[in-house]
Amino acid sequence: MTSWPILSVVTFLPLVGALFIALLPEDEAGIRNARWVALWTTLVTFLISLILIWRFDPASADFQFVEKRPWLGGTITYAMGVDGISLPFVILTAGLMPISILASWSVIQTRVRDYMIAFLVLETLMVGTFCALDLVLFYLFFEGGLIPMFLIIGVWGGPRRVYASFKFFLYTLLGSVLMLLAIMAMYWEAGTTDISALLHHSFPLSLQKWAWFAFLASFAVKLPMWPVHTWLPDAHVEAPTAGSVILAAILLKMGGYGFLRFSLPMFPEASAQLAPLIYALSVVAIVYTSLVALVQEDMKKLIAYSSVAHMGFVTMGIFAVTAQGVAGGIFQMVSHGLVSAALFLCVGIVYDRMHTREIAAYGGLVNRMPLYAFVFMVFTLANVGLPGTSGFVGEFLSLIGTFRVNNWVATLAALGTILSAAYALWLYRKIIFGTLDKPALLDIRDIGWREITIMTPLIVLTIILGVYPKPVLDISSASVSQLIDNYQHAVGAVHAAGLGAVTR
Amino acid sequence: MNPAQFPNLIPLLPEFVLGIGAMALLLLGVYRPAPATCRFIDGAAIVLLALAGVILAMLPAGKLVTFGGSFIVDEFARFLKILALLGSAAAIAMSIDYANRESQERFEYSVLILLSTLGMLMLISAADLIALYLGLELMSLPLYVVAASHRNSLRATEAGLKYFVLGALSSGMLLYGASLIYGFTGTVSFVGIARAAAQGGIGLIFGIVFLFAGFCFKVSAVPFHMWTPDVYEGAPTPVTAFFAAAPKVAGIAMFVRAAVMAFPGITSQWQQIVVFVSIASMALGSFAAIGQRNFKRLMAYSSIGHMGFALVGLAAGTSEGVQGVLVYTAIYVTMTLGVFAVILSMRRETGMVENIDQLAGLARTHPTMAFFLAMLLFSMAGVPPLAGFFAKFFVFLAAIKAGLYLLAVLAVVTSVVGAYYYLAIVKLTYFDEPVGKFEQMPYELRVVLAICGLFNILFFLYPAPLVGIASAAAHSLF
Repeated sequence: MTSWPILSVVTFLPLVGALFIALLPEDEAGIRNARWVALWTTLVTFLISLILIWRFDPASADFQFVEKRPWLGGTITYAMGVDGISLPFVILTAGLMPISILASWSVIQTRVRDYMIAFLVLETLMVGTFCALDLVLFYLFFEGGLIPMFLIIGVWGGPRRVYASFKFFLYTLLGSVLMLLAIMAMYWEAGTTDISALLHHSFPLSLQKWAWFAFLASFAVKLPMWPVHTWLPDAHVEAPTAGSVILAAILLKMGGYGFLRFSLPMFPEASAQLAPLIYALSVVAIVYTSLVALVQEDMKKLIAYSSVAHMGFVTMGIFAVTAQGVAGGIFQMVSHGLVSAALFLCVGIVYDRMHTREIAAYGGLVNRMPLYAFVFMVFTLANVGLPGTSGFVGEFLSLIGTFRVNNWVATLAALGTILSAAYALWLYRKIIFGTLDKPALLDIRDIGWREITIMTPLIVLTIILGVYPKPVLDISSASVSQLIDNYQHAVGAVHAAGLGAVTR
Repeated sequence: MNPAQFPNLIPLLPEFVLGIGAMALLLLGVYRPAPATCRFIDGAAIVLLALAGVILAMLPAGKLVTFGGSFIVDEFARFLKILALLGSAAAIAMSIDYANRESQERFEYSVLILLSTLGMLMLISAADLIALYLGLELMSLPLYVVAASHRNSLRATEAGLKYFVLGALSSGMLLYGASLIYGFTGTVSFVGIARAAAQGGIGLIFGIVFLFAGFCFKVSAVPFHMWTPDVYEGAPTPVTAFFAAAPKVAGIAMFVRAAVMAFPGITSQWQQIVVFVSIASMALGSFAAIGQRNFKRLMAYSSIGHMGFALVGLAAGTSEGVQGVLVYTAIYVTMTLGVFAVILSMRRETGMVENIDQLAGLARTHPTMAFFLAMLLFSMAGVPPLAGFFAKFFVFLAAIKAGLYLLAVLAVVTSVVGAYYYLAIVKLTYFDEPVGKFEQMPYELRVVLAICGLFNILFFLYPAPLVGIASAAAHSLF
């Protein structure tokens, strides 16, 4: 179908840019060029990724743009491809990278070259994670992202950056190595690590259960789900703004993507049996972390906890395995990618000016920063899930999807939307409204052109997708319905066999 | 002369080259004692090692057997011999600048390494217990001497003595085990033992336990690891770099060949020994390294841990397992040599420093060195996409296939613990403020570091050749 390996280009183009930056001299001009090279690389990558949308056939549930080359010997190959589930994330990643680079434009002043290299390498690894069609290759990209993120948090982070970076790295690594063992067990069972072949392989139930838990260990940490979410607030608070953006918008989505790509279709029976566990954890995440968010004094921490709560909707929707639930989960991830990225950017804007993230240090910003107040309002309301913003669509779909399966879970989760309104509006009131009586805030500047440029596409997308979510839903619908059909078929087969045994 | 009785010497050509060359260089050094001769001998030793490697590669293909079956050159031997030769050559290259600066230029050093390497080659090819013991001692005796080559240093002489006494003890155990095995099977050749051992028996098990204890000492696996930290710390740094690479290759080779060739029918009997040793090594290597501040001592614990991981593959006892061990050993050698190239560059005006705190801020003062060091450390921690990940991948893959799930789970958990102390060094180099520059890095160390670093970074692009060769080598044992 394709004449040139477009997915490999999208994946490895940032790496080429990183190599180029590494060759630049370390002086004033070199640093300036490093910024521009990084920006252009990410922009070109984004444009190429748009070709994917254009040439993607949304009617087909198969993997498209497939590339396959021998790699590790035997049946472990270099295989790339996207379907309707992974394509939105590829675009999201490629689209947010230029924004992150722009957000770091003047904030990052130390070791600029290293910073840009780390971001470009990270982009390669993230795009690769979503494109990989081989389990080992997937693991390679999935885990490899730890190295640049570790350095981004540790080198350019806040005061407790060492603690946060170690916690991030070791937590995620521990979860992932267990998944690695499950991948090996699957390899010996199925004789291949090719994802499209594994999707049609039916594993024995005992292996399914063990592997399901091993994958859960990895994705639950990455997503993160309660109770293994504690690394996230630390990592977010200490990471530089663009690091938080990438962390919230893309790295967390790898967990959700993993559930959709592996846990559900490859271990359907285990998923069916263990879905109540996911529901329980999701509901706790939604309600508990929303309550925790209510008492935060640090803006980034509050948004970090709200991310955990929003990811709870994702897991709940995915494991409901209804058309609305899964589509809602995917949409919620895309929407959260935009909204949380924008919220972290909003925090970054005032942090750059005041160098504090304490909520109590702000108040009455609307008097000096009307534009900022507007931008922040849009994303606060999107975070709350106000109809007309993209946040609403995702939450609504995953809630009705779940309601069809288990109305108690859906009811409890709906509480979370009320709580999210409580903490998000409280944050907004504290920071934006009130009187401007803090002396330090009296001459704070409103957002400038660069910040407007960053925010405009996010605002436009948030509102467009809120009013007209069809593009995202259309891209994924064929793959989602195939996923659900296969799942129902596998689970139904077991039920039928069970009934047959009973009647006999 | 009856040609039927005269052994075929072709398979031994590389060993001949090394042996004769070493003796010629020894004579040269004795008759021309001058610093220039010393440098020439260093260079000539590297050339000899390379020549041995070339001859090894040019030997007729397939399995060559001589001396009545006690000396075997198969794919397995070729793979590990090349690795041992590389390790020795790198160790000699890395010692040149050090010896020069510390006024420790002695021609004996290279000659001893050549002789020790000769022992390694014998050991890797040994297919009976006598040949194994001969190779082992030929490898070990020069090691004891080079460990103490700083005659005026208290630490070095202590390290040499400690190594010798404990090494002699382990040789004793190994010999005792070998004699028990001989007593209960009536033969010393691995093939013969394999035939006789199929029935098992308590006496044979005793023999295996003692034999494996001796092996564990040589590869510094727990509980026979006690010498490693002291010897690594006490010996001159280039010697430590040598100890960490080539002798480990030979030790692993002897362990794998003896276990797989001599006791294939009773795998379940010795498997539990290897499983225990492996778990203990990984755990000790990971936990004990956390508190270390001396980089060489830390590397000692790191190497104990790595040997534990390599033995995970042997514990599987299958051809996939041996393949994993071989891939692991090859990648381990490159990681270790690269890191030691950095340790050897930790030199200020006042002299060598060994404390890891001295690496603080390396990313500012020496960005390239810091980058390669960080990549090597991430590789050691087993983080993809670096080579160390593939090393662990193949041994774990074998363990899972063999059904050793508990071993595999413990292995990955300890690898996460181990990641902590590698990260701690990366943290020092990247997150902390600089404490001053090191002196200019010598040329040959840069070459070693760049080769090892690039190998570890770029391995993922095209891993198939090494994996394929290791697979062929592993199959040659079964």
